Amino acid sequence: MSEQTVMIQNEEDTLLSRFPKVVRKDERKGYEGYVVEANALTDFARTLRDELGYDYLSSVTGVDYLPQGQMEVVYHAYKTTGGPALVFKVQVPRDNPVVPSLVPIYPGADFQEREAWDLLGIKFEGHPNLKRILLWEGFHGHPLRKDWREPYFEAEHKPYKSRFPEGKVFRAEERNPFGKNVDYPAGFDPAQWTPDNTNALIYEGLGRVEKASDDLPTEQIVVNLGPQHPSTHGVFRMVVTLDGETVVDLEPVMGYLHRNHEKIGERNTWLMNMPFTDRLDYLSPMSNNFGYALAVEKLLGVKPPERAEYIRVIMAELTRIQNHIFAIGMFLNDMGAYFTPSLYAIEERELILDVFEAVAGSRMMVNYFRFGGVARDIPEDVMKKIHDLAFERLPRRIDELDRYLTNSEIVRVRGEGVGVLTPEQAIAYSAAGPVLRASGVPYDVRRAEPYSIYDRFDFDVAVRYHGDVYDRYLIRMDEVRQSIRIIQQALQQIPEGPIMSGKPQYQHRVPAGESYGRVEGPKGELGFYVVSTGKGNPWRYHVRAPSFINLTALAEMTKGQKVADTVIILGSIDIVLGETDR
Amino acid sequence: MSTKPKDEGLNSPQYPIPEDLQGVVTITTLDRIYNWGRRNSLWPMMFGLACCAIEMICTAAARFDFARFGMEVMRASPRQADVMIVAGTVTKKMLPQVVRLYNQMAEPKYVVAMGACASGGGPFKEGYNVVSGIDQYLPVDVYIPGCPPTPQALIYGLMKLQEKVDRQTIKEVYGRRAEMIPIPVLGPDVMDPREYDRIREYTRQKAEQEAAAAAEPEAAQA
Repeated sequence: MSEQTVMIQNEEDTLLSRFPKVVRKDERKGYEGYVVEANALTDFARTLRDELGYDYLSSVTGVDYLPQGQMEVVYHAYKTTGGPALVFKVQVPRDNPVVPSLVPIYPGADFQEREAWDLLGIKFEGHPNLKRILLWEGFHGHPLRKDWREPYFEAEHKPYKSRFPEGKVFRAEERNPFGKNVDYPAGFDPAQWTPDNTNALIYEGLGRVEKASDDLPTEQIVVNLGPQHPSTHGVFRMVVTLDGETVVDLEPVMGYLHRNHEKIGERNTWLMNMPFTDRLDYLSPMSNNFGYALAVEKLLGVKPPERAEYIRVIMAELTRIQNHIFAIGMFLNDMGAYFTPSLYAIEERELILDVFEAVAGSRMMVNYFRFGGVARDIPEDVMKKIHDLAFERLPRRIDELDRYLTNSEIVRVRGEGVGVLTPEQAIAYSAAGPVLRASGVPYDVRRAEPYSIYDRFDFDVAVRYHGDVYDRYLIRMDEVRQSIRIIQQALQQIPEGPIMSGKPQYQHRVPAGESYGRVEGPKGELGFYVVSTGKGNPWRYHVRAPSFINLTALAEMTKGQKVADTVIILGSIDIVLGETDR
Repeated sequence: MSTKPKDEGLNSPQYPIPEDLQGVVTITTLDRIYNWGRRNSLWPMMFGLACCAIEMICTAAARFDFARFGMEVMRASPRQADVMIVAGTVTKKMLPQVVRLYNQMAEPKYVVAMGACASGGGPFKEGYNVVSGIDQYLPVDVYIPGCPPTPQALIYGLMKLQEKVDRQTIKEVYGRRAEMIPIPVLGPDVMDPREYDRIREYTRQKAEQEAAAAAEPEAAQA
């Protein structure tokens, strides 16, 4: 303990003495980390990465401090050897927010900086490709700015006034002149509008003749996969430039499921956001609840009782199991084993969903966690069901899947050596979860910075070393086994007792400050960055979405591969569009 | 003889068939046999938007298995599909594609709005990138409530769609030409080409109001 304190003290001395005047500690109450002047940011980040070992830039986001007239960009960096975050911030004036881009130092900042530009209008100088990512070019305004209002704007904060004044139903459509969720800037003429030319730019590669060899002229063509394509796991689009069957370049296009979680989340009260987190990564709702609950509990300073902690761990691990077996099934689907392996996977998943339905009332959208506990206790018979699953059925079925698939020649030939991501690249691109660990980096938030009660369990951090598609499949198998181990231990240790600390509340007064809660979700590090001003609603609610950030490495993994392999490479990352686009 | 409920047998005019031909010959109406074939082979489009798509996959899988209703053939191409199950939140960015897919489907075609988002925007209705219900752009045949609807609910909704198919006649369905729905354009916000005049009028008034509001303080000063 003291060793760590000494280390952090040393780091602080190094940073403050190295950058006098341009770096200072963030002194605001409830805030942590450093505030860096914009012009010193690049040097500061380089020092962090090269000298202090903070090689993993986890989260980049912006906050609009409207009353102070400031935009703040918040960075969270970690060491891949474990330990707490180093938080640093850049403050720039709101009317002209320009920040140097960190993409040259941390390539993983790429999409996140584009997102901050898209939603908050922060310009990142030196970014190689700074254009909108979740919305489309030409959208009016930057919606996460506090003075930007959506077409259905009702009030700054929830709870809204009654939607049934005097017993009459009142709908948002009735107030909008179009009866639709649209609004247009003043003086705009649709006939004069020319749609953006981003697509044209993407298609420019079409028909370009390049000589592959002296006697064989070849032609590059552009192929669009998605947004409605069975291989993209939802509404995701890959624009692939092909030379023959070989991928020359790939550009992911997303935002087709951008549901404005963050804008809605900042209007909601704290507790209202809990059901919305279910709909982020809709395959693993319990983990999302977990991350959000942790972030807000840090601010509130409450700790759930013992039994609740165990219930949380059991649910989070069950979620991981069902997510991973579903991912494996769908991955085999992408490989061409049309639906049969997924049928096996979905069969097991249904059993776990039954458990969720029994404790939470819904198969998918559980809304189960509360600040300081969980919503309902696990009944006796459901406990027995979980027991049977963990000790009998799941280990057997995983072995069965293993027997059918792992040494299947097709899986091996299609998977081995395809879509390789080296450990250095994985860290640089801020890949998380199974993608990172399959590349040989044993980084698991449950071990690197244990949250909840994960320090009590005996489990291995699954790691594989080839970084290819096959290893990303194997690591999910490994992780399911480890999760079963954790559940088995938790079931044996779980005590009786209360499941909520304090009284259940609808309205929370959260002390002012910022907080970053992160969990090891099935897709990787899932973080929630929340800023409170002491009111009933979050001032900023940001999700560090692993599916989104893992896609940064997609182009790197697919270059030089065959076009059929892009499909399985995407499948092996295991994205969920609800989380990618939020 | 024909004590069977109306839905099961094909022998709908209940024409007296000689005993030795029963089981070999059925006399029915053209409408009935046509609809019998159609209702039992409604092919959905393999097209998932959000969370509801996962429940749709579960419905297709072994436990619920909508193959029992002749619907297991999920087609990735709209040209081969009969039903578009809009499974999930339709965002403005996705809307042009959804409308284009609908246009590409062959008649007779049906739209099922699965879940709260597709029916009316659901929990995300207030969001700036969310279309509050696909029925603002496409004609919806069946709405299924729920967030997400359980597989049972989806199957019930599809059975309601089968009932709807049963009530149609070959006269109105066969050879019907699809009416193309103009594809919305992504501008500063999503724009329906049919509403350009209204948009122009709205933005002109808005500009006038803003100009008036800007002129007011000057007038007060003067």
